[in-house]
Amino acid sequence: MLNNSSVPVPLEAYLVLASLLFCIGVWGLINSRNAVRVLMSIELMLNAVNINLMAFSSYIDGALIRGQVFSVFVITVAAAEAAVGLAILLSLYRNRVTIDMENFNLLRW
Amino acid sequence: MNISNSTELICFAILSIVVILGSLGVILLRNIVYSAFLLGGVFMAVAGLYLLLNASFVAAAQVLVYVGAVNVLILFAIMLVNKKEELKPIKSLQIRRILSAIVCSGLLLLLIRVDLTTPWDIPGPAAIGEQATERIGEHLFTDYLLPFELASVLLLMAMIGAIVLARRDVLVSDVGTGDSVDQSLIEKSNTPLLIDESSS
Repeated sequence: MLNNSSVPVPLEAYLVLASLLFCIGVWGLINSRNAVRVLMSIELMLNAVNINLMAFSSYIDGALIRGQVFSVFVITVAAAEAAVGLAILLSLYRNRVTIDMENFNLLRW
Repeated sequence: MNISNSTELICFAILSIVVILGSLGVILLRNIVYSAFLLGGVFMAVAGLYLLLNASFVAAAQVLVYVGAVNVLILFAIMLVNKKEELKPIKSLQIRRILSAIVCSGLLLLLIRVDLTTPWDIPGPAAIGEQATERIGEHLFTDYLLPFELASVLLLMAMIGAIVLARRDVLVSDVGTGDSVDQSLIEKSNTPLLIDESSS
């Protein structure tokens, strides 16, 4: 299926999709005021990176699928990040009784 | 173009539309619960893209870990911190949004330009298709053994760290007001989950 003439979906289509998803994630990360939504945006960005890895793994590195192994590691790290991030958010909420990102400016000079 | 190619193209188009619209909904919808469910839909669509790329194991892992664990965790967090609060209006919010949109679209244009102008080394070697799961297993236990073990240590650390951070009473006073935090309270177990709002 990966003869260049008969590939239905080119590699560039996957990369454009992943970059769109990544930029949407960056915009949400900057502009969200709800802290849970910030974590969701981070998950979106991690998924964009995973799409890139999987596309390269399938199109360029088809025999040794190292991109898929890396995707598994990224998924693992993302799960750990989500757990710790939500725990931090929970203890932050107990201390501040808010999840508005504008109120978390203790370290801003 | 035969029927399998056109089917793959149509599947890719539908999945990309779902991914893009779903992620836009995640960051733009006002109700955070809708955002969380849409995030689950985006994860499922990304798993479908992995299936299109001949990666059934990673697609299954995506569904299990992201939809089954991360999304449920996010829903639990929304449930635990669900307080209707009036966000203070901040001035120049609109300018901030427009500026960041300009920056993000600049980044997007840069990425797309790199994508379209780089001469990718395709076609690479033929995809191994259904043997991908076995090959991932071989990788994980031979040349990626050290990252694999490190990932297990990382998961253990994340589990313990999440438990320590989300315990009921690690900190009982506001860090902003400078009240002293009694560290011996870490082992106490019967204080209320939320701090008393009337006293603060």
